[in-house]
This record gives sequence, structure tokens and C-alpha cells, in this order.
Amino acid sequence: MEYFLELFFSGLTRGSIYALIALGYTMVYGIIGLINFAHGEIYMIGAFTALIVASVLTVLGFNQLAILLCAGFAAVVYSSAYGYTVEKIAYKPLRNAPRLSPLISAIGMSIFLQNYVLLAQTSDFMPFPALIPEFEFMEPYAHIVGSSELVIFLVTTLVMVLLTLLIKFSSIGKAMRATAQDKKMAMLLGIDVNKIISITFVIGSALAAIGGLLIASHIGQINFYIGFIAGIKAFTAAVLGGIGSIPGAVLGSFILGWTESFATGYISSDYEDVFAFSILVLILIFKPAGLLGRDKTKKV
Amino acid sequence: MIIVDYLKKSFFVAIWFMFLTFPIMVIRVDSIEGIVEWRWQNMLLVGIGSFILSLVGRYIRIKQEKAARSVQKGRVQQLKSSLLIDPKMYLPGLALISLLVLVFPFLFSVYQTNIMTTALMYIVLGLGLNIVVGLAGLLDLGYVAFYAVGAYCYALLNHHFGLSFWLALPLGALLGALFGIVLGFPVLRLRGDYLAIVTLGFGEIIRLVLENWNEFSFGPSGIANIDRPNFFGIDMSLNESIIALYYMMVCLVLFSIFMVNRLQSSRIGRAWIALREDEIACQAMGIDKTKTKLTAFALGATWAGMVGVIFAAKTTFVNPASFTFLESAIILSIVVLGGMGSIVGVVVGALVLILLPEYLRAFSDYRMLLFGAIMVIMMVFRPQGIIGNVRKSYLFQEKKG
Amino acid sequence: MKKITTFLVLLGCVSFYSLSVSQQVFAADTIKIGVAGAHSGDLASYGLPTVKAAELVVKEVNAKGGILGRQVELLPEDDVCKPEVATNTATKLVSQKVDAVIGHICSGATKAALGIYKASDLVVVSPSATNPALTQSGDYPNFFRTIASDDAQAKREVDFVLDVLKVRKIAVIHDKGDYGKGLAEFARDFLIQDPRADVVLFEGVTPGAVDYSAIVQKIRRNKAEAVIFGGYHPEASKIITQMRKKRIKIPFVSDDGVKDDTFIKVAGKYAEGVYATGPMDTSKNPLTISATEAHKKSYGKAPGAFFLNAYAAAQVLLNAIEKAGSTEIEALTKALRSEYMETPLGSIRFDERGDAIGVGFSMFQVRNGAYVEVK
Repeated sequence: MEYFLELFFSGLTRGSIYALIALGYTMVYGIIGLINFAHGEIYMIGAFTALIVASVLTVLGFNQLAILLCAGFAAVVYSSAYGYTVEKIAYKPLRNAPRLSPLISAIGMSIFLQNYVLLAQTSDFMPFPALIPEFEFMEPYAHIVGSSELVIFLVTTLVMVLLTLLIKFSSIGKAMRATAQDKKMAMLLGIDVNKIISITFVIGSALAAIGGLLIASHIGQINFYIGFIAGIKAFTAAVLGGIGSIPGAVLGSFILGWTESFATGYISSDYEDVFAFSILVLILIFKPAGLLGRDKTKKV
Repeated sequence: MIIVDYLKKSFFVAIWFMFLTFPIMVIRVDSIEGIVEWRWQNMLLVGIGSFILSLVGRYIRIKQEKAARSVQKGRVQQLKSSLLIDPKMYLPGLALISLLVLVFPFLFSVYQTNIMTTALMYIVLGLGLNIVVGLAGLLDLGYVAFYAVGAYCYALLNHHFGLSFWLALPLGALLGALFGIVLGFPVLRLRGDYLAIVTLGFGEIIRLVLENWNEFSFGPSGIANIDRPNFFGIDMSLNESIIALYYMMVCLVLFSIFMVNRLQSSRIGRAWIALREDEIACQAMGIDKTKTKLTAFALGATWAGMVGVIFAAKTTFVNPASFTFLESAIILSIVVLGGMGSIVGVVVGALVLILLPEYLRAFSDYRMLLFGAIMVIMMVFRPQGIIGNVRKSYLFQEKKG
Repeated sequence: MKKITTFLVLLGCVSFYSLSVSQQVFAADTIKIGVAGAHSGDLASYGLPTVKAAELVVKEVNAKGGILGRQVELLPEDDVCKPEVATNTATKLVSQKVDAVIGHICSGATKAALGIYKASDLVVVSPSATNPALTQSGDYPNFFRTIASDDAQAKREVDFVLDVLKVRKIAVIHDKGDYGKGLAEFARDFLIQDPRADVVLFEGVTPGAVDYSAIVQKIRRNKAEAVIFGGYHPEASKIITQMRKKRIKIPFVSDDGVKDDTFIKVAGKYAEGVYATGPMDTSKNPLTISATEAHKKSYGKAPGAFFLNAYAAAQVLLNAIEKAGSTEIEALTKALRSEYMETPLGSIRFDERGDAIGVGFSMFQVRNGAYVEVK
């Protein structure tokens, strides 16, 4: 039973991180139907910004809490700024282009951003300071759930709740949903579609930055390539849950996280990713639009 | 007045980029030693660079818009399409290219020939994927799986049974097609982007199985000492065999171009295009959707299987690391960058994408950075690809007499 | 028409440019040594130190008037550690008529390139390709290396775990890579042969995953008393960090890919007590000291991975050319096998298979933030 719990929490940690990244994918996809391959790189840039800010502040002798807050703030601001800029440069001119062109542009952007960080910083792994402290009260449970894992669930849950409230009740959220449903109609109703798309990118990027900060602090190291692998997994999770659907992305992420951790625990980690992708294939065969995705029946 | 406005806008763009690149370009930290290095000169460079680039970008946009408005566009378009259709226009060019292709190994070093062979392999891969993505409109992100199947088919059969290259070539193609059907069957009911991620998943699964199943594939250490192709039993030196492989690839490219061209105008080819344009209308016209999609998948995979065999023979070594998602992304980029559905486009796309990084070696550090930037810039300014597809028009001529 | 013509002209220009670069007529009497390895991309940190080492050795040799009265010239070529690129790299070096090659860095790339060098009768000395088959298969008589092979390293790890740590239940973990998995398999096989040992877990982790706690819990579940890890330092530091955070205090024994100061920096306090095998400690060797000093003087920082192996490789290669009196393969091979050379790694020559005699592995442990040899 304890082993089961251990694996359960391990899956929950993975799932939370995937969810933070997957939300960005799913929101962007929902609104402009683009697989934003550069999203993983935004997550990486968030982590790098946090590392840089944290290191500078450490040298200047700030205390831990101040460092955590400043690094988090900087990561969110810069990731959002990058997300916004990437959209303006690489996707906006392609709004009316053939469907695959923005995808290539996104792959190009992803390669560009990876190499930009590689050249401007380093190709080596960089140690990431443990911004999340080890809590005393967690000590008896440390072998099952660590402090950083606890913080990851709490933050993820909080962010999800806030996001849901934002989408459900705020006027921006309503405008986003309207744009996702029908861009032309939304425009006719006086919604500034370009602005809404930019906002979507900014929110998605901010979430990715939080994910980047948390996971980097949890795992203790980053390099320019972390975004790519995490991005592919998060994207898989988003599709699993039904791309375009926000609860779907969260559900998909947790399913993916648990699949991986239970497969590792009870079978073998050799085929961890094979299980992850097999679950995806199986679910999509039986539910072609993902778990919570709406299957749009095309009318003629 | 307008110019001042543009300068002002570019100025703000420059400020924005200076802000944006501030932490990553300016500060370099050594988080262990606690050393912070400030590189203010980079900020200046970014500012000036983005100011100029923004101005250039604006200028090109304005020119493009002007060109779009003026009548000239029609003439350029006409010239271009007649260039690709009218024999009088393209034959001299074609003759020149053929000549260049024929004498290439004698003009250039073995190394250049080798690189060119690689580019030719990607042309064939691109043509194969073009059937799936360009013609049938199915986004396949795991195309590299079939490439791997072909490569391992030859590598394993050669390793265990000493099977010759010429036997493996059709076998690899067949196995590719078989895998295409097996993998394609369950996933073809999926729509566009779901199909994309599932094919990506399949690509990864194949690679992971090759990586983990040691008893079958020798795991990550791969298979070495694969025989080079043998031509008519002649004993060849390394250089000669590289040149021979080059000519074989030229033949294969010609064969592929011929086949894809014929397929395009065939009944099944037109069914693919119809399916791409409108699935429902297509079904209403009585086209069997599953069968049509499956043939596209299988035929696309056939070329990948074949090139896989050649890859194994050329490198004489295979391991799973050669078949990552990035490889699929590059092949897809060839198709889209060149111009989806266009054969000439794929050829040009492959040459650009494969030769460019090789010749960018001079800038070795900045190579991949430029590569990524070029992909973005190309798409922004020419989303239809370098050479957009020219739609075929069929003319009905009544038989006389 | 215009477009195609422009394209052709451009293509022509590009090709002729590269032609002129690749076939530049070098002063006919230099000895050309190719240096192949990962010089860009994520593995550049393993490949670039070799270029620097070769540069330093060559600078010294040239300052003394070269060898056989000829100056030595280096041709560095990037293979990004990818087999398919490595064959192009090798072809390029062959077409530039190099006399011998130092490299490649990664075993996979080396395997792919060796066939081409063998067909062109070129001697290859690698500072870091540790795959046992490269020498043990007997397929490549032209291949030499200044580093011991993986099986020797695995043997050292297993002996250490059984004889010194005296534990029975061992978990063997790897990173699914060419190097890590190969090493882990050797370790597993040695353990299975030994009646004292019990392999409780043999599994690969996925490099780059966001979390390794599942595999860490599995190590605990199987009641392992020690972990042998095959792979590089990024994964090692993630696994050790998560093990310690989950309060698993068993010894962690790893390999050369982990015996890197970056590991200690990244894993921080969790690195304390970790064991790793690495080339014997030669830091007291005067040649090592002078080589390291020369690097600091020329490049302003301490040398990176495989620097000493590469330095030794360049030294033995140039020495052998001098002793053989030519770059012809038979004479060169003979000289490499018979002539001892004083290098930072000690006095070395090569055996029949191409492995260096006098190069072996020792066990190190992280103590107070530095690797210390375990006696």
C-alpha cells in the first residue's frame, strides 16, 4: 500500500508539471488551432530567467523568500514577454496561411530559441538553487512526499482554480471562449481578436514559467534542452485529454503522469514512454477527440 | 512623415528587444562560484540589430503589399507557372541541371559527393512524405519510424544472414509499406492534429523498442559493419563506392519523381487531393476514405523504407539515436518549406535544408540558430513554400473524326 | 527562368566556395592530423577539450621544429556525436588527405567512421571512445585509444561494490544510452557470474524526464543495498538528489561519465559520498601539471573532459610518426605498439588490440566537494 502511495504521489508530481505546460498548448490550440512547438522553449526560458535572477540576488545577499518571489516574478514576466513576442513574430503574419506553415514556423522558433539560450548562456547543465525550502513538518513523510512535491501540487491546484475562474467568469475569459468558438463571429461582436490571442499566449507562457520554476527547483538543474522533452510530453497530455479543452489538459496530464509512474513501479521503466504513448493511442482509438474534447461533427 | 513613424516604431521594437534579451544575453552567472558577469555590449548589439532588422522587415512587408496590389503580380505568376509547365521554358534549365548532376562527382571532392548523396536521400524522403502530407493532407509526425524500419531491416538481415543490399532494398520498401498499413489502420479515423500526435507517438515507440529490446536490435549500441552496396560484383574502393552510391541515388530520385508524378495524376492521386480538400464531399463522390488514406500511408512509408536501407548501407552503422523526432521534423520541414504537394518544391526544400547546415559550418556555432531563424523567416514571408504547387488543370478535348 | 538561373548560380557559387575551402592547397610538406568529435551542440563540452589538447601538443611540437622536419597542422572537424554525420566528417577528412586522426569522441560516431578510415589506411587514436567492441572485436586494426574500455570499468565497479562495500543486493540503473547501457550490462553480467551478488533491479531511466521518484521508490522497494549507475552526470545527479531527498542512504557507484566536477557542482550536498570510477589519478604527474598549466595560460581556464587523454593521444600519435619515420599505416601501427611514451597518463604504449597498456581505472569518492581517490 505504501508503495502504491509512493508511486501515486510520484505520478501526481509529474502530472502537475505536465499540466502547467499542457495548459499553454491547449489554450493556444483552442484559440488558433496551432501546435505551438515553441511552448516548451518558453518554459525553458522561464527556468533560465529564474536561475539568473536568483543567482544575481544571492550574490547581492538577499534572503531566501525575497529571492523566490523575485525569481518567480521575473520568470513569469519574461516568459510572458517571450510568448507574446513569439506570437507576434512567428505566428501572427501567418494567420491566413496554409495550415502547416505556422507549424514549421513554430518548429523553427523552437530550434532558434534553444540555440539562442545555448549560445548566450551555456550548453552545460547548470545547478538550480533549491528555492523551495525543506519543511520541518514534512520530515516524517519525506520518504513518500517531499516538500518540493507538496509545493508543486499546491501551486498547480491554485493556478488551475484561478485559471478556471478567469476563463469562466471574467470578461477576458468570456472573450477567449468566444474567440475559440468562432473567430469571425467574435470579431463581429466587437472583440479585439488579436488582443485576445496575445493574452492567451501571455497566460499560457506565464503558466509555463511557473512550471519551469517549480520543476527546476525540484530537479535541481537545467540546460537549454529541457523544454523540448517536457514540451512533447505535455503536448501528448493535452491531446490525450482532448486538445482545446482546459479540464481535458489537466486530466490528460494526470493520467499521463500516473501511467508513467505506475508503469515504472510495477512493470519496468525501460518502456516508460512506450506505455505513455500506448495509452494515448488506445484512448484516441476509442475516443478520437480525446477524453474531454468535443467531437465536432462537420456539417455540409 | 511615414518614415519618421516607421523609425519611431522600430525604435520601440529595439527597446522591447533590449528588455527581452536582458537577462539571457547580458547577465551570465556561475551559480556555484557566485560570479556574475555583465555583458552590456550585448545589449547595445541587440538594440542596434533589432532596430535594423525591424526596419528591413517593414520595408519588405510594404514592398510585398505593393506587389500584391499592382497588376505585375499576375505576370510574375504567369511566368512562374509557365516556367514549370511550358517545355520551352524549363527544358534548357533542366538540361543544365542534368549536366551538373551527371558531372558532379568529377567536379567536386568525395566529401561533396557524399553530402550530395545525403541531400538526395532527403529528396526521396521528402517526396515520400509529400504523398502523405502534401497530397493526402495527413499530418504525419512519425515518418522517421518507417525510415528506421528500412534501416534496421537491412542492418539486421545483413548482420545475421549476410543478405545483399539489392535484395534488402525491395524488402525494406515492402516492410515499410507493411508497417504503414499496420500503423495506419487504427489511427486513420483520427482527425488532423490527433493523427499528428499519434504518429509522433508511434515514431517514438519504434525508436524506444529498438533502444530497449537488446536481443532483437542490439540496443543503443547499434549494429556496425554493415556492407556497402555491391555494384555488379565489382570490387570497389571507398571513393568509388561513394560515387556509385551517388549515381544510384540520382536514379532513385528520378524514379521517385517519375512515380510520384504519375501517382499524382492517377485516379488514386486525384482521390488524395480530393480527400485533402474536403473529406465529406469526397465520400459523397463515392471514394473509399479508409482505402485511400491507407494507400497514401503505405506508399509514403514505402519510400521511407527504401531510403532507410540506403541509409544503413551508406553509414554502415545504425543505432536508434539516428531516428529521433527531430529527423521527422526536418523531413516535414523539407516538404512544407519547399511547397506542399509540389515535386520541384520538395527537391529545392531538401537541397536548401540539408546543404545549408553543411555549408553553414563556417559559422559552426551559429549554424542551428540561423537554421531556425531561416525556417521562421521563410514561412513568414513565403508561407506557401519556396515553390508553391501549381494546380494541374485538365482540358477536355473532343476527339475529332 | 530568372529564379532558377539565380538559384543555379547561387548553388554554383556555394559549391565552388566550399570546394575552394575543402581543397585549399596546404603547404605540401605539413603533416595533417584530423581532430574529429562533437565541437558544437549539446555534447560539445566533451569534444572541445580534445581540440584544445591537440592544439597545445602541436604548438609545442611545431615550436621545436615539427616532426620529420615537417610542421604539423590540425584539421578540426565536427561530428556532433552523430553516426550519420560522423561518416561525412570522416569522408571530408579523408578527402583532405589527413595523415592520421585523433577522435572521435563518442563510441557510436567512432564506430560509424572507422570503416572509412580503415578503407583509407588511416590510423585513428581516440581519447574517449570506450565501447569494448571497438578494440575487442578485432575489426579495426587501425584503431587505438588512450582510455580503458567499458568492461574494465564495469569490472572495477563490481569488484569495489563486492569487495570493499561488501553488499549483496545491487540495483543496476542506466540511462538507455550507448555508453550507459553498455556499461550497465557489463556490470550486470559480472554480478550475475559472482555468487556473492544478487542483482535486484536492472532498468533504464529516460534521460530528460521531469521526475525520477518512481524509479527511486522502486530501488527502495527492492531493498537494494547499493546502486550501480551507468550513464552521464545530468541523470546521475537527478537520481542521487531524489534518492537522498527520499531518504535512501545506500551507496551510489557510478562511472567515468559522472566523474566530472560538474556533477559535484550540480548535485551539491547530495553528491557527498558518491563513488565514481575514473582514469587513475595522475594529477601529481609533472607532465599533467605542465599540460594543465599550458591550458590555463592559453585559454584562461581549467581544461575540460578527456583533456589529458586527448593530450596523451596527440603525444603518442606524433611520437609514433616520428619513430616510424613516416605516416604509412604499417610502420605507424608498429610504432604505436612498441614505443613507450611519457604522457600525462603515465608511460604508455598499445597492445595488439589497440588498448593502451598502463591506463586503467581507479575508484574515487566525493569528499568535501571534491573527488578523492579511494585507496
